[in-house]
Amino acid sequence: MLAARYITTDKLVPWLLSLSESRLVLAPIRKGGQTVFQPLEADSELDLDGLATSSPKAALLPRCETLLEFHYSKGEEAPSRTSVEVRETLHDQPTFLFGARPCDVRGFTVFDRVYDAGSKRDIYYCTRRDNTLVASLACTDPAETCFCHRVGGGPGDSTGADLLFTFIGDGYVVEAVTDRGNDFLLSQTLHDAGDRVETALKTREAVKAAMPEGEPLLGAPEQVNKLFDDQPFWEDVSAKCLSCGACSYLCPTCYCFNMTDEMHGNDGVRVRTWDNCMSFQFTLEGSGHNPRAAKAQRMRNRIGHKFNYYPALHDGNLACVGCGRCISHCPVSMDVREIVSKAQTRAMAEEEQIND
Amino acid sequence: MTDNPPTNLYLPDMATIQEVVQETSNIKTFRVTLNNPDRMRDFSFEPGQVGQLSVFGVGESTFVINSSPTRMDYLQFSVMRVGELTERLHKLRAGDQIGVRAPLGNCFPYEEMKGKDIVFVGGGIGMAPLRTLLVYMLDNRADYGNISLLYGARSPADMAFSYELPEWLGREDMVTELTVDNGTPDWKHKVGLIPNVLKEMAPSADNAFAVTCGPPIMIKFTIEALHSLGFKDEQIITTLEKRMKCGVGICGRCNIGTHYVCKDGPVFTNAQLRELPNEL
Repeated sequence: MLAARYITTDKLVPWLLSLSESRLVLAPIRKGGQTVFQPLEADSELDLDGLATSSPKAALLPRCETLLEFHYSKGEEAPSRTSVEVRETLHDQPTFLFGARPCDVRGFTVFDRVYDAGSKRDIYYCTRRDNTLVASLACTDPAETCFCHRVGGGPGDSTGADLLFTFIGDGYVVEAVTDRGNDFLLSQTLHDAGDRVETALKTREAVKAAMPEGEPLLGAPEQVNKLFDDQPFWEDVSAKCLSCGACSYLCPTCYCFNMTDEMHGNDGVRVRTWDNCMSFQFTLEGSGHNPRAAKAQRMRNRIGHKFNYYPALHDGNLACVGCGRCISHCPVSMDVREIVSKAQTRAMAEEEQIND
Repeated sequence: MTDNPPTNLYLPDMATIQEVVQETSNIKTFRVTLNNPDRMRDFSFEPGQVGQLSVFGVGESTFVINSSPTRMDYLQFSVMRVGELTERLHKLRAGDQIGVRAPLGNCFPYEEMKGKDIVFVGGGIGMAPLRTLLVYMLDNRADYGNISLLYGARSPADMAFSYELPEWLGREDMVTELTVDNGTPDWKHKVGLIPNVLKEMAPSADNAFAVTCGPPIMIKFTIEALHSLGFKDEQIITTLEKRMKCGVGICGRCNIGTHYVCKDGPVFTNAQLRELPNEL
């Protein structure tokens, strides 16, 4: 049976710091006016009040990560000849990710289906995933921009996590979700949770019940697909977009990347960095041809990927977890909920016209 | 997570350039072997599959393996100089080291094409993917019906594989037509646009497949010409080129709707392309 424990608020940081002696502990930390996931240190300002500014996806898919290192050396007999040695650089540091919200953790499952897919397993991602214990924190105060409940998640959803923390006033109920989360809890000296588990469950249900009503966006795939050739629609919904990419970089489900080489003298690295499909360069080909040269086409692909293409390939699961960062941090207040709702309304109206 | 550690999808095999062939002023062919003899011996691929070539310090780019699986002395890649990576590749010489991640992607339906007549229509560097299938079929000649090749380039000097053309022109078991947009006084073959020459050749669509590759505008009008000759979309095969990074369907760069050109392509029939969102 999976375990449940309890920890009082004042013991939380000392407990996390004790964990950091044997592993990297990442937690939402207030710094420079933002809350970002960083290594926890004794003087860190832990911020568990709301959603962190950026998602914790960097724990599994760093913004910039070295995949390969290489070294050129001159031939002894013929200096004009160089040889090159190449080696992979894997990162396997044990990590405890604390305080990720359910939407963000659900985002990891979006990655899992792509990066850990059968014979094509991404060793860099899989190594990090294997070495990272994910402790999520149920939401108790969703923001106006939150819509996890409309895309298959919820404020107390534990999908993708190993441990689920729920705040119940003076401390946290900690429930194991997976066996390794269970093992982890059993090895710690935390209180017995007792009937607080019931309180935690009721807390999560109450939060979910209090979230505003909204049409589910799960039915969007087909409707978005129907609008593929409706260029005026995509021009309309993307008109004010700046193509800045903030939405992609903050999104817990955006996983597209670039690979580039860097050289320093005879030594070099091949790095993988986050990329952004709203960028003109994303699909620009060597010939100069760009399949998505217009912003409207790029927006169509971005929405299409999240609400149509990804679900079609992955059993209907959307590549959107409703965290709302793309809404709250967009410099021109784009709202993905509005775009998808408009798509749904438009597609249904067209269907009715055809039926009439 | 499974217990078996995954192999590294991004770690290229080290390879040595055995020979560099100057095809045209801006196309070179590289013949390479993998440095690990076991990896080279066990290497297998199918006609149409591609590889990522690495010049370490510059990056990677995708090229079709244009040698044939029937001739495994080396792997051959033809590279047109168009950007930074291809520029650097063009500076390499025999003996230099590069990285190879291959084979990637799908292949021509060469099994399904058995017993059929085959029409190859290549333009410029688009001859490269055709060459792998053509050589494969010539090496398994009895498996296929009539084979015809129409290869066109801007000028005689822009024809790649010029050292192989006399053999193809001289073979009695295939028909070869060459054409250029701009002829020279000593040019003995056709002068004219590929689709027009194709209509003159008028290959029969009965029990046939057409395979075409070249610049997008050439493909567009070649497909129209093939339609006018009675070829159906299911009988027309082409290869797509997209900007690619990972080559295995993860990085998200080469998608067309739900399809990733790097793993679901680069080979598609025109019927399959018609099913895809119009975003080529």
